[in-house]
Order: sequence, then C-alpha cells, then structure tokens
Amino acid sequence: MTCEYKLYNPTWCPGCGNYMIRDALKQALEELDIEPHNAVIVTGIGQAAKMPHYIGANGFNGLHGRALPPGIGVKLANKELTVIVESGDGDTYGEGGNHFIHAIRRNVNIAHFVHDNQIYGLTKGQGSPTTARGQKTTLQFDGVKLEPVKPLALSLTMGAGFVARGFSGDKAHLVNLMKEAITYNGYAHLDIFQPCVVWNKINTFRWYKDHTYYLPDYYDYTDYENAYKKALEWDDGIPLGILYKVEKDTYDDSFDFIKNGEPLVDAELNPMDAEKYMKEFY
Amino acid sequence: MDYTILIGGAAGQGIDTTVGLLERIIKRYGYHVFTYKNFMSMVRGGHNFMQIRFSDKPVTSYSTKLDMIYAFNQESVEFHKDRLKEDGVVILDKNISTDEDYIYLPLVETAKSLNNDKVASSVGLGAILNYLGLPLELGKKVLEDELAPKIFEVNRQALERGYELLERKYNIDKREDNNILINGNQALALGAIAAGCKYYCGYPMTPSSSVMTYIAKHANEMRIVVDQIEDEVGALNMALGASYAGVRAMTGSSGGGFALMVEALSLAGIIETPIVVFNAQRTGPATGFATRTEQADLRFMIHAGHGEFLRMVIALRSPEDAFYQTARAFNLADKYQIPVLLMTEEYLTNYNITHEPFDFSKITIERHLATESDVTEERYKRYKFTENGISPRLIPGQIKGQVVLVDSHEHNEYGNIDEDADNRVKMVDKRARKIDSLKEEIQEPWFIGSDSPENLIVCWGATYGAVKEAVNRLNEKGLSIGALIYGDIWPFPTNKLNELGRNAKRIIDIEHNSTGQLESLIKEFTDLKCTDRILKYDGRPLSGDEIVQRLDLLI
Repeated sequence: MTCEYKLYNPTWCPGCGNYMIRDALKQALEELDIEPHNAVIVTGIGQAAKMPHYIGANGFNGLHGRALPPGIGVKLANKELTVIVESGDGDTYGEGGNHFIHAIRRNVNIAHFVHDNQIYGLTKGQGSPTTARGQKTTLQFDGVKLEPVKPLALSLTMGAGFVARGFSGDKAHLVNLMKEAITYNGYAHLDIFQPCVVWNKINTFRWYKDHTYYLPDYYDYTDYENAYKKALEWDDGIPLGILYKVEKDTYDDSFDFIKNGEPLVDAELNPMDAEKYMKEFY
Repeated sequence: MDYTILIGGAAGQGIDTTVGLLERIIKRYGYHVFTYKNFMSMVRGGHNFMQIRFSDKPVTSYSTKLDMIYAFNQESVEFHKDRLKEDGVVILDKNISTDEDYIYLPLVETAKSLNNDKVASSVGLGAILNYLGLPLELGKKVLEDELAPKIFEVNRQALERGYELLERKYNIDKREDNNILINGNQALALGAIAAGCKYYCGYPMTPSSSVMTYIAKHANEMRIVVDQIEDEVGALNMALGASYAGVRAMTGSSGGGFALMVEALSLAGIIETPIVVFNAQRTGPATGFATRTEQADLRFMIHAGHGEFLRMVIALRSPEDAFYQTARAFNLADKYQIPVLLMTEEYLTNYNITHEPFDFSKITIERHLATESDVTEERYKRYKFTENGISPRLIPGQIKGQVVLVDSHEHNEYGNIDEDADNRVKMVDKRARKIDSLKEEIQEPWFIGSDSPENLIVCWGATYGAVKEAVNRLNEKGLSIGALIYGDIWPFPTNKLNELGRNAKRIIDIEHNSTGQLESLIKEFTDLKCTDRILKYDGRPLSGDEIVQRLDLLI
C-alpha cells in the first residue's frame, strides 16, 4: 500500500472506544489515499484529543475547547490539506460550545469527529454536556441536573450540511461515515458514540448496542425536517448513519482568491505590492 | 504659523466629515497637520470635538490653546472657551445665542436656501477657508475628491456661499506638499499588509477595529483572509492554526479582548508558532472608557499567559513607527517562533498626522522556514534541540513522508507528550535560550534632546509626540533636557538608560497610567531611580503644552 499511517502506542485504558476510532480513522484515510503529510489532525484536550500522538499525521494538539478554531485557520491557509478536527464531548459541546456553533455557520471544508462517551474521562468521571439527566457521577452525587445537549439537533438547527452519528463498536460502518465526512465539501459533523469503560457505567458497549439502530438504505438524508426528528430520537432507539447531507456553499469558496487561486501558503510575498495604497493618503 | 482650530458638536452632526475635509485642504496647501480626535462612546448625541493644528513646521502633538472654535452647538463653546487664546475667535451659527462677542454666521439659513439643511457645515467650512487665506479652488477640489458624487454639487455651492460670508484674516503662502496624512491604525494595517500578512482575524472592539476594516478594504486584491470571529478566544487560536499551516497571521483587540486571548498566547509560547498580536489600549479596567486613551496594559502584556515563555513586546510611538515596527514584528515572530505583541493606544489609533510617504522598499520579508535539506533526521523533529534554541520550522504538507506535530502539552523533540523530567528541563531551557539571540536584535529606546541631559525623561509608546514637542521647546529655552522613548520594551533594553541615567540629576517618568509601570521596570532592571513622575490617567492624552507646564513646576 502506498498510503500508510504509522501508529504509536496510546495511553488509553484497555477497552477504550478510542482504539477503534483510531483504527477506523487510519483505514478511512488510507482508503481515501490521503497521504500523512497532507492530513492534519487538530484537537483540543481530553483523551480523544491525544489522537495526533498516536497516528502519524500532521497534528495540532491545542487547548481544551479550542480544537475548531485552529482547524479552520489551517484549512483557510492551505486548502490542499485535509483537516480533521477531533475531540471529546466535553471539549466540543462544553468548553468549545461557542466555537462549535460558529464553525457550523462558517461552513469551512473540514471534518469534525466528536468522540462522545457522555462523560469526562481525563478529569475522572464528571458529567459532560451529553451525560443523561439524573446520572450519578464522581462529582454530581445527586445526579446530573442539567438537560443534556442534543448535538445533532443543534448542528442541524445551526445549518450544518452534513450531520451523522457513528459508533466505535462498528468499525466498518464508522470507516464509511468518516470517508463520507472527509470527502464532504463543507463542515461535516460526525458524533461518535464510544463507551468509557472506567467512568461511565451506564452508557456501556452493551448499552449502545441495545439503544442504537441503523438508518435504513431507503432513508432520505436530504429531508431536513425528518432529519431533525431523527436527531431528537433517544429513548426508543438512537439512529446511526448519515442523518442529513446536502450540498452547501462553503466559506472557503466564498473567497474567489482561495477558490480559484493557489493555496495562500504558496503566495509570493512582496512589500512593494502594497505601496500603491499610499495614494489614498495624499 | 502654528494655528489650532477646534470643531465641536454632537455625534452625528458631521464633525468628522468637516474635519476630514479641512485637514486635507490644509495639508494639500503644503502645511503640516496634526488632528486630535476626542469622541464620547456614542453614535448620536453627546459632545465630540476634534482639533486641527497646522504649521509650516512638523507638529507632533495637539495644542491645549485654541485659535478658533467652530461650534456646531452652544455646548461646544461652553466646554472649550477657557482654552481660547486672547485673540482667538469663535464661529457659530447665528441661531445659537450667547452674550459673547463671537462671529455669528447664517450657516443654516444659507443651507436652507440651497434646499439642504445638511450642508450648513460646508457653509461654515467655506467661511473658515477664506478667513485663513486658503484658496476656494483647492477647497472645491478636495470636496470633489472626498465626497460622493451625488452630494458633491450641493456642498460645492455651500462652500462657495460660505466663502463670501467671512472676511480674510490671514494670507498664508502655498507650500509644496508631498506628505501623506495618516493615523496609527491605518499605518499598522499597512505594515501588516506590506509584511505579507495573509490571515487577519478578530472581534470588533474599539479602538482596534479600524485595523481590521482597513485590511478588509484591500483583502481581495492582496489575497488576505479577513475573518470576524465569534470571540477573541477563537481569534487567536484561529490565527495560530493559520500560522502553523505557514501563512503570516495576525490578530488584535483592545485590553478586554486581549485578556480573552491570554490562554492562547500561552499556547503560542509552548507550540513555538509565530504570531503577531496587537493591543490597542483604552482606558481600563474592564470596560473603562471605550474611546479614551491609557497606557495601563504594559505589565499585563509583558506577563500575560500562564507558565513561562518568551515573547517580545513592542510599543508603537507614532504612525510611522507603527508601520515599520509592525512589518518588523512579523520577521521577529518568524525568526524566533514566538508571539510578538504590539502595543498601541487609543490616542495613537486615530490622531491624524502628516508624514512623508512610507518607504516600502525598506520592508524585508524573512520567513526562516525550514526546507527539505534542514530535515536531517529520518523523522522530522519539530522541537529539535539546537544551540540557539530555534528548531528548524517545517510547515505541514511540504515534504512527502514528513509530518509536523505541535502540542500544547510539554513535549519531546517530535512534539509528542512527554512527562520525562530531563526532557522537561531541556525543553524549557531550549525555548528560553532564544532570548540570547533575540536580545541582540532589541532596539534601544529613541533618544531626543540635549547630549548628556541633566533632566532625563523616560516614556514609551504614543506619549512620544507630546514629549518631543516639550523637549524641543525646553531645549530652545536653554534647559538641559532629553528623553528616552521606549519602543522595544520587552525584553527590556537598559544600555542607553544606564548610560544617560547615571549622569542625569533628574529622571522623570511620563506615562498615561496611575502606577508608573515603566518606572517599575526601571527599578527592576537597573539601579536607577526615577526622581519625578508625570502620570496622567483621566483618559485624555498629554499635550506638549501640558508637559511643558508640568515640567516647569518640577524643574
């Protein structure tokens, strides 16, 4: 195989869903023939955010909650790079909530994989924005009192053109979703269920198996209202697959000089090009 | 000739346009102009004023004393009449009644006869042109250049009618004009464009926003992404992403917005990704005064960020300085892979000054990017240990088979998380020792005034203009006085200060803050002690007059 990603030894707990997500990521990138030097994985902080250390792609491991902004910056600076933003549910929907909302509005051509285990792992078991109401944690002794975020409904409301959900327990399905998200032209939101074997004893591998179902082949992912209903489904089964996918104008392409020009990073810099602006001041 | 006109009124009355026309007419007639703008933070109402000072010699400060007040309302007279010189005049519409012996002109009435109330200010402008001896033809030409075509004709008529309303008092000669008229934010923005900034992002905040607006105006032509971000937290993180990918990137704000960037500033420090950030200081703390000036963020800029990391801080002293230093900041950021922080202040962001055109050929672009031959190991080490602490910086996507990993954790040479104690110490030391080479590039403060002065002023940033005027005037009176004006301020340069400070009888600290932040640096890094201080923190800038006055009391 010409395109191959090296793997490095993770410090994740045995049985962690992150292993499968990493394997799926490797397979997706290799099958798409995106070479490691052309892929950038941008993350925040958390267990999921350690991804760039364990797979041999370019990596920007930034700050908690701040994975999306540098990812957007990278893509606008060099459109040739494939940018994958990857982080956890706390990072994305909590600390980084504002960036998440506006990244959807901005619609830059990046893929966003949220490792959603409905708990804080790295900080040891506190409730996350997607932890179920009433669930007891290492901090919320009386149970979580906040309504959980509904990530897919939120991104649909904000106008995302690609909204999907995967599960770390089904690698083949996940690889396919990742490939769809990476090749989608625009911001692609892929929320990935993963069990946290240490801190979340409710949403286990078994729980996800029992509570999810696959969207059927005949499902029409261009139907916005139906997608929204699917995004809200929870107690009676949670859909896996592409809930919504339509073509949308991207932010990148709104700049004619990006769309039709060379990548910004290749621009020749010449101070004399700006000298003409002196005339505005006479 | 040294003449100051104050134009005052409520927000929304057109002061800005009138001042913009008058200052340009005077400039094109060959005179040096300095326009000081004093706004309240509101869109309609309140009291705003601007002062145009002009002279046949360069002027670097506004003047406290006024030769003329052109008032759009009575309040503008009441607020400022005490500053009027003995032979000063007040011009106002005849509908405004006072008991004073002012010049009352039928401005609104004339405008009404032209069926357009809005051109009353142009009627007054015409009257002032004739009074000062400025030619009508030049006035009309500037109106044509500056105003939208559909309003030009009626304003031209208003100008002509106004020109007849007042007799000529002065006859001033036409001089050659090769100057530009520019403010600090425009100059800063031009410096960034000239330096090849390809990514500017920010969140609007007075008084920083006009930098973003200016760059946006030329963004498509210069292929610059100008991006308004959801918040300043996102802005600096986004700019760092762009810089990591290899373009020159900048963000900026005022103090409150810069405060939100501090977390990412620390990130820039550990990932060693070049970035230029400016803080257009306004009166603080918190919201303070949005449209007023201060120099209270010096210590903040020097220390902002958790953990220890190298940064450089440059205070901008004038529009010219803003242009050249901003361009230089990009080279320094690239060379040392550090954040370079520019400090400007509200006063400097929007006073207008005449200056010879900037020399773009003096701007150099030094990227210091690694190429294939710099990667000597099989697997590229983004944070390779080197003698001077600077690791070859590769940008992603350039070399097949090589990837670039940056990390906010403490990391090893590859950029991977590494908690090893020895590695930690080596990595901290690697980043820190870049200061040795950086120090060699630090510029000593500018010095003006008498050689080995008995009285040595120390100041920084935009107090430069007023201090310069004061020093010149006091030197002419025979006083032994000089001033050191800091631009590069962190790492703090001390050579010139030590040399001059040792022989000075007095060291006088002049700053726009209440605690003497420069003085505290001097205490920290030298054995010198400031003997006196002039600290102003009412949100209004010091003028040359005021400094002379306050020094007279001291010396």
